[in-house]
Amino acid sequence: MSILMDRDTRLVVQGITGHVGTLETRFMVQYGTKVAAGVTPGKGGRVVEGVPVFDSMQEAVDNTAANASIVFVPPPHAAGAILEAVDSGVPLVVCITEGIPVKDMVRVFRSIEDIDVRLVGPNCPGITTPGEARVGIMPDSIFLKGRVGVVSRSGTLTYEVVDALSRQGIGQSTCVGIGGDPLIGTSFIDALEMFENDPGTSAIVMIGEIGGTAEQEAAEYIKEHVTKPVVGYVVGISAPPGKTMGHAGAIISGGGGTAREKIEALEGAGVTVAGSPGDVAVKINRLI
Amino acid sequence: MKLHEYQSKEIFRRYGIHTPEGIMCNTPEEASKAVRQFGTAAIKAQVLVGGRGKAGGIAIATPENATETALRIMGLTIKGLPVGKVLVEQSVDIKQEFYLSIALDRTSRRPLLIASASGGVDIEEVARTSPDLMHKELIDPKTGPQPEQLELTASGLGISDVTSLSGMVDSLYTIYDELDCTLAEINPLVLTRDGGLVALDAKINIDDNALFRQSAMQKLYEENLEDLDPLEVQVKKLDMSYVAMDGDIGCIVNGAGLALATLDMISREGGTPANFMDVRGGANAFHMGRAVEITASNPRTKVMLINMFGGLTLCDEIAEGIHDTLQGLDIPVVIRLTGTNQEKGWEILKDANVSVAQSTAEAAGIAVGLAS
Repeated sequence: MSILMDRDTRLVVQGITGHVGTLETRFMVQYGTKVAAGVTPGKGGRVVEGVPVFDSMQEAVDNTAANASIVFVPPPHAAGAILEAVDSGVPLVVCITEGIPVKDMVRVFRSIEDIDVRLVGPNCPGITTPGEARVGIMPDSIFLKGRVGVVSRSGTLTYEVVDALSRQGIGQSTCVGIGGDPLIGTSFIDALEMFENDPGTSAIVMIGEIGGTAEQEAAEYIKEHVTKPVVGYVVGISAPPGKTMGHAGAIISGGGGTAREKIEALEGAGVTVAGSPGDVAVKINRLI
Repeated sequence: MKLHEYQSKEIFRRYGIHTPEGIMCNTPEEASKAVRQFGTAAIKAQVLVGGRGKAGGIAIATPENATETALRIMGLTIKGLPVGKVLVEQSVDIKQEFYLSIALDRTSRRPLLIASASGGVDIEEVARTSPDLMHKELIDPKTGPQPEQLELTASGLGISDVTSLSGMVDSLYTIYDELDCTLAEINPLVLTRDGGLVALDAKINIDDNALFRQSAMQKLYEENLEDLDPLEVQVKKLDMSYVAMDGDIGCIVNGAGLALATLDMISREGGTPANFMDVRGGANAFHMGRAVEITASNPRTKVMLINMFGGLTLCDEIAEGIHDTLQGLDIPVVIRLTGTNQEKGWEILKDANVSVAQSTAEAAGIAVGLAS
């Protein structure tokens, strides 16, 4: 079992003819993901990496019965691509694109408020269900099939933690990168809820960072609703306040959003907090 | 991107928000002349960091002490940035001060209007200690602020002239919306003795990601680069993220989370990072070469730590980019390079004289050992 997607997911790649879209399509197909179609307006009729390309999401869905989409469209047009995917009726949209204007995402979230669609990202590495499918850009080699669910705001840090888990023989059910932007479609809480309800997941790793209050909100949720063991890892303890550290979301301001506060909130909720990627594996090992 | 106060006020005036009469000055002579023109005036340092008031960057001057005050303020360095220009403004007869801003609310994913009768002070402190003094209205991005929200805001502030306040909030929202702002703030907004509403200060932050469609803001962005730390500017132009720190281990990392983890690990091992650097996903050979040059150009850097986990970024491209640049370095280098195409990457680096690490923790340990 897994969350969000599995080997039966039929994926559309939006922006498949771009450099990154094409390369990542190749990797996803190699991993075993069922890439049903690609979309690039004006380039319908082509075939990329063995995948038929359509002019619009609607055409792609009508012709291939696809049920998920991944967005590699450049920032100026990414919000439009997300809305096009939502309109086509797919229940899952994963947006990899980094650098979408905030105003565009506000518009997207306003438009999908009453629609039953799951958006993951933007500015995220996507989702991998080891041994089944990859909807995103995470490197294949680090994964091992198993029963630990991983949710993270980061990209490369997630890879390092997953790599550390796999080296210790601890496999993963699904890994979800929720993204580092101030506005994201899937929160820690959404992912925690899905992992809690997934019979294939028996423990959860949650990776956070400075900025915002998402980790504190997750801690509250864990205290009330999560029965499975959770190991938390929060980075940015040594970050100076008042500076944006890479992610638009990663800023400590007004004494809020520090790693210390987040760690305390998680510990208060019964979460075991690790001090390094290797330590995550050690702590998970003790809990399962 | 942060705008200067004088730039924000120019925008305010264009959208019908009143500001005090002011003159932008580039030298102490110009500033003292401007003060004499106004009689009594405020001299305000124009720097792109917060906290200039606390740092002594704002003072009321009279014609008698104008030269001395202007010289003092223009001699300041605030949070590392020298004060290159000041705004001289006619002083305003203040009856009451308020706070007014529009910013993004992450939880509701909508713009949030915040108003408070406790203006002019540290608003984050007010928010923390007396949240009931903050009046908040979530704005529907489809419709903008509604008349009843404006009335509630006016009554929340105890302002009887609803029409003036509504006009001001409407203008502020229009600025926020049209210019792709992440923040549009007036603190303090003052009610003058003659009953007018005036923006005594102005702060506008523009979404960097939207500059491609904001040509006027793009122009200001380029102007303002001169007022920032040159190293941070160089990195910004490469679309990387760089923050200077006090230590001696120069860091180059792909991904913000991994970069933060690297800093944490260096600290845990008892070392001190010289900088934070995130080269972002999809960095290519050119970016990597520049990243090495920039980090090495910091005289404090005693050891360089390159920590890359290839995903979207390909290890062979990284290796290609740093291979030649590394040869010219006279400081020890620790490299952790793993992920997509890692074998190809190490093939390129096989003759490089570097310490090799398998994990972030190991890389940090080696770097701290070399630095001490």
